[in-house]
Amino acid sequence: MSLRSFFRPNRASITRPDQSLMVENRALLERIDRRKLLRGSLSLGAMSLLAGCDISNREEVQGVLRTVSDFNDGVQAALFDPKRLAPTYSRDLVVKPPRFNAYYEIDEVKPVDLSTWQLELSGLVKDKRPWTLDRVNALPQQEVIIRHICVEGWDYIGQWSGPNLRDFLTRIGADLTAKYIAFYGNDDYMESIDMASALHPQTILATHYAGEPITDPFGAPMRLRTAVKLGFKNPKWIRAIEVTNTYPLGFWEKQGFNWFAGL
Amino acid sequence: MHMKEHTSRRMHPLALRIMHWTNAIAMIVMIGSGWKIYNDEVIFGFLHFPQAIVLGVWAQHALQWHFFGMWVLVLNGLAYLAYGIATGRFARLLFPIRPREVIAEAVAALTFRLKHQDLTHYNAVQKLLYVGVITIIVVQVASGLAIWKPVQFSGLVSMFGGFQSARLIHFLGMAAIVLFMVVHVALALLVPKTLFAMFTGGPRLPDPDTLPADGAPAPDPSR
Repeated sequence: MSLRSFFRPNRASITRPDQSLMVENRALLERIDRRKLLRGSLSLGAMSLLAGCDISNREEVQGVLRTVSDFNDGVQAALFDPKRLAPTYSRDLVVKPPRFNAYYEIDEVKPVDLSTWQLELSGLVKDKRPWTLDRVNALPQQEVIIRHICVEGWDYIGQWSGPNLRDFLTRIGADLTAKYIAFYGNDDYMESIDMASALHPQTILATHYAGEPITDPFGAPMRLRTAVKLGFKNPKWIRAIEVTNTYPLGFWEKQGFNWFAGL
Repeated sequence: MHMKEHTSRRMHPLALRIMHWTNAIAMIVMIGSGWKIYNDEVIFGFLHFPQAIVLGVWAQHALQWHFFGMWVLVLNGLAYLAYGIATGRFARLLFPIRPREVIAEAVAALTFRLKHQDLTHYNAVQKLLYVGVITIIVVQVASGLAIWKPVQFSGLVSMFGGFQSARLIHFLGMAAIVLFMVVHVALALLVPKTLFAMFTGGPRLPDPDTLPADGAPAPDPSR
């Protein structure tokens, strides 16, 4: 199994564009710049392949690519069927323990102190009183056995349970017509999802895995598990939830990943 | 001079040439970015695509390119399919494909005895390759859709035998397209007039009205 991952980048092995190539092709790059060929950004893409350098990181190229990515957010929202259920699986297919993934290594996980943990609420919510773990665990529990799909391409089947997010949002008097829900992790990770996906029947605040409380490396005591988003849209070690109409972006989106990231 | 001489269509009309080169560029973007995406979770442990030949410094760039290129590839591809069917280009150039001719001409091609005088007529091997690659690209779009939206198109994922199986098929489709491109470009370089024809339009076609149904040259009316 490959441990190389952009979620856990091994700094030594990161490949950067060969500087000698950049120097050799500087004249070409400058000519390209002068001709303002960007408008034909596709042909630039082809030229970058031929030139052996990469223009993807250039500000104007990022401008075009991120605009298309934003457009794709809208397309995905239109494709999203809020009633369509993701396939579910039998318990014997469940992988135990779940697969670890974060933007750091597993031995760098800072466990949450469960005795003082509270779930904070903010934004367009009527009842902003924080929740203790006991109160969360006293709520009706829902179990989903769903496929976790990472943007990298790997997947596994996991068995998650905890309160249904729609029920929880209704209980706290959240404005269900708001656009976004943001989840803040204890590891300085933040991700946000659209309200339609938050209200999907297979979106839960998972506190248990395979019937046992989630353990430290996998997001104890609470993480998001939604069947309709890529893995990175499911923050772990959740400490706060915000309901908002202001586009909150997210950890990976700031680095250029697509925001909607729907399955 | 007869007017028809000036108005008759070229082998590759302008619209066709634009679609061909748009497709070529879109395909290169899809393949280069796809290789970078693949590198983050390889299917074959021995195969990592070198950074020098992929598109994207980081995986997020590759994903951005891939989901930009898909629009160009799909919209251009739909236009191409509609054009090929509506103008009769597919019916005229790509069909019928007779297995007997495919074998005979494949043998001739491999022994470098294949005649390539008439650009306006594709031999059976060419027909098979073109129809084959068009079919593979259609399947490639479908497997891509399955990987991109495995919940919204869960039926498609099942059709491909599951999520990882759809990924593998998407990879194999890429490999087949790359193989086609290698052969296609090599042959175009071996017979350069075919390459120039894709820029200039190539020879003018005889007026279809003067062609009998079997495609043989029209009898000379002066006799």
